[in-house]
Amino acid sequence: MISVTSLVKKFGDFTAVDDVSFNVAQGEIFAFLGPNGAGKTTTIKMLTTLLRPTSGRIELDGLDPTVKQKLARQRFGIVFQDPSLDGEQTAWENMDLHGVLYHIPRKVRVQRTEELLKLFELWDRKDAYVKTFSGGMKRRLEIARGFLHTPKILFLDEPTLGLDPQSRNQLWTHVKRLNETEKTTVFLTTHYMDEADRVAHRIAIIDHGKIVAQGTPAELKEQTQTDSLEAAFLAFTGSTLREESADSKERLRQMAQMFQRR
Amino acid sequence: MGAIYILWLRELKRYVRSRVQIVVSLGQPCLYLLALGFGLGPVFRQAGHGSYLQFMAPGVVGMTVLFSSVFSGIAMLWDRQFGFLKETLVAPVSRMQIMIGRTLGGATVAVIQGTLILLICLIAGFRPHSWLAIPLAFLFVIMIAIVFSALGTAIGSVIKDMQGFQLVMNFMVMPIFFLSGALFPLANLPLVMSVITKLDPLAYGVDGLRGALINAWHFNLALDVTLLASIAAIFLSAGAYLFSRIEV
Repeated sequence: MISVTSLVKKFGDFTAVDDVSFNVAQGEIFAFLGPNGAGKTTTIKMLTTLLRPTSGRIELDGLDPTVKQKLARQRFGIVFQDPSLDGEQTAWENMDLHGVLYHIPRKVRVQRTEELLKLFELWDRKDAYVKTFSGGMKRRLEIARGFLHTPKILFLDEPTLGLDPQSRNQLWTHVKRLNETEKTTVFLTTHYMDEADRVAHRIAIIDHGKIVAQGTPAELKEQTQTDSLEAAFLAFTGSTLREESADSKERLRQMAQMFQRR
Repeated sequence: MGAIYILWLRELKRYVRSRVQIVVSLGQPCLYLLALGFGLGPVFRQAGHGSYLQFMAPGVVGMTVLFSSVFSGIAMLWDRQFGFLKETLVAPVSRMQIMIGRTLGGATVAVIQGTLILLICLIAGFRPHSWLAIPLAFLFVIMIAIVFSALGTAIGSVIKDMQGFQLVMNFMVMPIFFLSGALFPLANLPLVMSVITKLDPLAYGVDGLRGALINAWHFNLALDVTLLASIAAIFLSAGAYLFSRIEV
């Protein structure tokens, strides 16, 4: 369903994603793990047509998203790291707007919006403005919206960031259920290793733009002779802290160099 | 088409729902109308130009449309900040449709605002030379709205923070307003001023409004319409181009 071959993204001299290759099968839940600044979000942005790769090949359901942008976009849903709802509209209106943008016929739109809002326990708040929602409700609405156009692939970029354990637990239960009933392929990133361990069928660990390990959670633990995914993750990526703003600093440095040359 | 419609509708909903903002945005033109219209009225009359309220009402309508349409474009700053922009940018519709939907929405809101101010002017005592002139005045209101909504979209695609917004307000929108002849006649200005005012798109809009409503032209109907239409085309293209280059 997702096939990535030798994907590279450079920002000036800085290589954010360095020769990354992986495959995700249909119906699989695939977790993409890595420390801050490892290249997770950059990869997702390239997969979802928001960034152009420097080189390498991407296929989503057999389509190259850099060429067949619209067709590819129709096939995936995405929940961004930061919220992307319209707070000035109601939950229903947010869903409806999404449905129109994704060319869903009116009847299907209405029916599916109702189904999803009920599933994500937002139905009784459907006419409330999104700006009055709690963080957990907003996340649920975004994920419900991501499923609205029955995407073949759903990208979740740290969907549980800042949620309490109850909300996180409930959210993954829903995602798992829809993965099973609708056979949606799920590509997710998270910093919570227990979540990845519980939800993901397969995991890739990325560090400094390169994939350092791939396999099922059990395989990764076995390879590192550890008993938890967190320990395995630390074994692969080391325990040094990462500069979260490494790439923007890097860019500043380049700017400074540019001015010195003159 | 569905995408254009739903994004247009969104702009209208936002407008109708923010009642406080409606009052605030109508407050400023009212202040101009009352303070300047009645305050400078006697001076204007003594100079032999007749009623200042009659003269400036079309200018205040133009100003309202200018501010309202530029703001709607710059409101993209908020959509960028709160993330909604991304939702539209990954959708399977062309950037062109998104840009058109947003821009037409902003323009429609500006036309509504302009209409409300025109009504207020009528209540305050303004009288057009003929009621048949109203449709022509609306043509100009619509053209001003499109020109400056497109400009707003172009600016909104480029600026990324509040500082940029302040810069645009002080060095672009305010000069466009003050140099348009909304508040003073464009005749007999010093050479430099008269050249600058000729470069101001709003000057042609205000002239068209004033011509239509009180039959006082500085330029002429054909010139105003042609120029505004061309500027609209240029700004729309620029807006579309800059919008298509947004990266998130």
